[in-house]
Amino acid sequence: KDKEEDESKEEDSCSQENEASRRKNYQGKNSGGKNAGEDRSRQRGKKAPTKDQKESENKEKKVNKKGKEGESKQKKDRKNSTSTSSNSSDEESPSEEELAMLMEQVEQKKKLISTMRNKPWRMVKKLSVLREAQAFVEKFEGALGKGKGKKLYAYKMMMAKKWVKFKRDFDNFKTQCIPWEMKIKEVESHFGSSVASYFIFLRWMYGVNLVLFGLIFGLVIIPEVLMGMPYGSMPRKTVPRAEQATAMDFSVLWDFEGYIKYSALFYGYYNNQRTIGWLKYRLPMAYFMVGVSVFGYSLMVVIRSMARNANESTADGDDDNFIFSWKMFTSWDYLIGNPETADNKFASITTSFKESIVDEQESNKDENIHLRRFLRVLANVLIICCLCGSGYLIYFVVKRSQTFSKMQNVGWYERNEVEIVMSLLGMFCPPLFETIAALENYHPRIGLKWQLGRIFALFLGNLYTFLLALMDDVNEKLAEEDVVKNITHWTLLGHHNSSMGNGSSATPPPLDPADVPRGPCWETTVGIEFVRLTVSDILVTYITILVGDFIRACFVRFVNYCWCWDLEAGFPSYAEFDISGNVLGLVFNQGMIWMGSFYAPGLVGINVLRLLTSMYFQCWAVMSSNVPHERVFKASKSNNFYMGLLLLILFLSLLPVAYTIMSLPPSFDCGPFSGKKRMYEVIQETIELDFPLFVAKIFSYVANPGLIIPAILLMVLAIYYLNAVAEAYQRANAELKKKMQMQREEEKNKRNNKTSTNPMMQDLEDLFTPSTKNESQPKQAEDKKRDSPHGNSPVRTQGKAAALDGSPMPGGRGAAFTPPPHVLVTQPLTLGVRAPYPGQHRPRGHPLGPVPGRGRGQPRY
Amino acid sequence: MCAAEAAMGGSASVLPREALDEYQRAASCHRAALVLASSRAYKRFSELLPKEERENACSTRVPKSRILTLPELRANPFQHRICHVFSTSDDGDDSMSFEDFLDMLSAFSDSATSDIKSHYAFRIFDFDDDGALDRKDLEKLVNCLTGQGEESRLSSTEMEQLIQNILEESDIDKDGTINISEFQHVVSRSPDFARYSVRS
Repeated sequence: KDKEEDESKEEDSCSQENEASRRKNYQGKNSGGKNAGEDRSRQRGKKAPTKDQKESENKEKKVNKKGKEGESKQKKDRKNSTSTSSNSSDEESPSEEELAMLMEQVEQKKKLISTMRNKPWRMVKKLSVLREAQAFVEKFEGALGKGKGKKLYAYKMMMAKKWVKFKRDFDNFKTQCIPWEMKIKEVESHFGSSVASYFIFLRWMYGVNLVLFGLIFGLVIIPEVLMGMPYGSMPRKTVPRAEQATAMDFSVLWDFEGYIKYSALFYGYYNNQRTIGWLKYRLPMAYFMVGVSVFGYSLMVVIRSMARNANESTADGDDDNFIFSWKMFTSWDYLIGNPETADNKFASITTSFKESIVDEQESNKDENIHLRRFLRVLANVLIICCLCGSGYLIYFVVKRSQTFSKMQNVGWYERNEVEIVMSLLGMFCPPLFETIAALENYHPRIGLKWQLGRIFALFLGNLYTFLLALMDDVNEKLAEEDVVKNITHWTLLGHHNSSMGNGSSATPPPLDPADVPRGPCWETTVGIEFVRLTVSDILVTYITILVGDFIRACFVRFVNYCWCWDLEAGFPSYAEFDISGNVLGLVFNQGMIWMGSFYAPGLVGINVLRLLTSMYFQCWAVMSSNVPHERVFKASKSNNFYMGLLLLILFLSLLPVAYTIMSLPPSFDCGPFSGKKRMYEVIQETIELDFPLFVAKIFSYVANPGLIIPAILLMVLAIYYLNAVAEAYQRANAELKKKMQMQREEEKNKRNNKTSTNPMMQDLEDLFTPSTKNESQPKQAEDKKRDSPHGNSPVRTQGKAAALDGSPMPGGRGAAFTPPPHVLVTQPLTLGVRAPYPGQHRPRGHPLGPVPGRGRGQPRY
Repeated sequence: MCAAEAAMGGSASVLPREALDEYQRAASCHRAALVLASSRAYKRFSELLPKEERENACSTRVPKSRILTLPELRANPFQHRICHVFSTSDDGDDSMSFEDFLDMLSAFSDSATSDIKSHYAFRIFDFDDDGALDRKDLEKLVNCLTGQGEESRLSSTEMEQLIQNILEESDIDKDGTINISEFQHVVSRSPDFARYSVRS
């Protein structure tokens, strides 16, 4: 409330002062044409800046309400400086009022300082105003406290200032800490914002993965390494006797067998001991919780950033009223600093202009719709065939690799066949799809979405085929495990019996852990599979970049001197940065990480390394050997699309992990959950053993299906309700939008009518605003009186006033507050009188009235 | 203001701390840009100057031809307009002082408010400086955006159609020109305006 009052007061003073200054202006102008400026500056300022500066200030003042505020403050300040000079003489007894006034002024100054940066002033002016204000604040701030409180107040002020400064420094520091900001900006300036958005996405991914890495390393791997049983102490932590000879060979390690397989990087290494070390750290429990929270955290982050993006995108309502104007005024990407990019941008703007003109001219032109439909159906059939084929191929290869894995001494190709085939598919299918998509003749933006969707389907199909095959593998391993379990059991028993049978001492010599027969440990197998897939993916990506981009660029660049056609412009040319492919690659890689991290905790570490190197490597590759896109498209729109893909992948990778946790028995001799029927039993165990009884009771109640089903029902109902509410809001939004549009149309029509015809309506309107008219008339008369002695016709004054309003230095707030009240009100009156001079009412198209929806001036109709 | 840099690191490309602080408060950009900016801007600014003048970069003006060598402006079709709008030079040679330079940077920074951005954008697009975008301005604007190449130019009928469409959309008061409030009205609704940075 206080603020409002303040504001109104300010406005009052503003308008008064404005009037005053206007009067002065008139006088000045009338009295002596040219020396008006000097006159004014003499009147107004103790500091004497250059003339043109003053003038520009003056102009701004006319246009800019905020400017006026500042000026008025300056003025007050000046008035004040006289009063304060008297004040300083009798400083011992400053009266309450003066203090209050001073306080108010100081507050105003402070406000001015804080809002300074939002004003479209010249830096020179900003600086001078800022300095003055600061000097003022510093001078009088200390004087405000009374008696004893003075020192304390000064101290408090000083601390506040320090705190502000510290905060600013801290902010500076924070922005300097954003990693790769400069690198990304550099890429952005060469390739536009769409390419940069990939790198920003990559950086975001890196952040998420760092958190996951911290979780897994801090809570699982490091405790196990520090406090768990050392390597070689038990079968699961020892390389079996048969493999020991080759366990350190590079070729074995490269396949993540040998010592790496029996290390803390994989599931199998962990012990099922309930607590480890002197901390009594519950490792199996921690392992389980970390596995769950990896998904939980990722889900939360992805959804949060999606919601934020959605908020941002709905904030700038997507009404299509201004297609052309937007294209015109906002299509240039000011970040482009490279002539080549600029050329491309020119071309793309031109094409978009032409496209939209054509669209406008004939919005619905569907000739030969049958042919197009046929082609589209054909293209989709072809692509589905491709997808099925690739799916089958992968299934076949995975099946074959299972037979290979049983055979001894298979070659390198046989061992890596799955990865090779998948990488090849990922490399060759997208271009194939693109070729087929040419049949469809979609609009490129829609085409890109289709393309993205198809590649996504391909990758997804491949991934799931791979998973199904892996599942088969796991089931086989489970069957095998049963057999091995018995063997192990009998071996151990036999060993025991034999030592007992010897009749020697009570404790038999322990069997060497390397000799114990052990199960296949399907979890580690799955983990190894994922790690190998990830590593081969990294290699393929890097090699593709190296060969497809760098070597190609080198070839094109240097062989061009002695080649029969122009390589740079002709066939091979330079590569473009493939945004969609790269983003999809990143998304799928992340899916792999999410799926694999439960069985191979070290996988996240590998991924962090990958993202780190790929940041530098790809930045370098882009800058050195790529050319900007031919169609530079805006990235902000598709951003949430990428996030949506990420969310989908996250959900899809959650499914298999959840399935294995909930319904497959863990291996009997490896991993933190060995010996349990299901992995989630570790929770029940913890609750039963570590919590008081009633917690277990509560838990058993909560886990009761009778409670879970209603809870799910409730959630569904809540979702339904929220959805309905959101829809209602949306509808209301659309309704409001429509209303606004209608109002705009109406306004347009009214304006049109006003200038052209309908004097009847104007008369009526004049009748409707008698009060304002009455108010305004005396003022106008006054104006005229004031002017007339100097021999100025009202036409000229008004012209001048209008010229001042229509100065080419318009302020940030538009014209809403510019016209002084009496001009505004008298306008309808003069309109009828001076119809022959329409230009003077609205000089240079500057509306004197309030702009619809922007100001709170008086409505004219 | 620019004395005693020699003491701070010995190079002339260090802005005194107090000055930096002041600029930071006055400029409309976030500290972010400004920080990079304030020292970097100063450095870049002084790089534009010939060697012997670097000592007092705050008081000298950089001619337009040197400003245009900035990589950010080199490819920009509005380079001359930008120089013109941000220059406070009296004799109309579009030279820039350090403050003008900072003005320019802060207007183009990420965190300038869209009011400021649209304000300056309007002035950049207003080729004849008369406070309104008329048909001639729009035509020049389209020509700037479509580049120099002959094949990328729009034909006169296309141009006519385009300008007609634009005026239909944004010229609310139907006086044949677009003034600043109309301009801001249109531009503030644009999803792309003033939002080049993407957060994911």
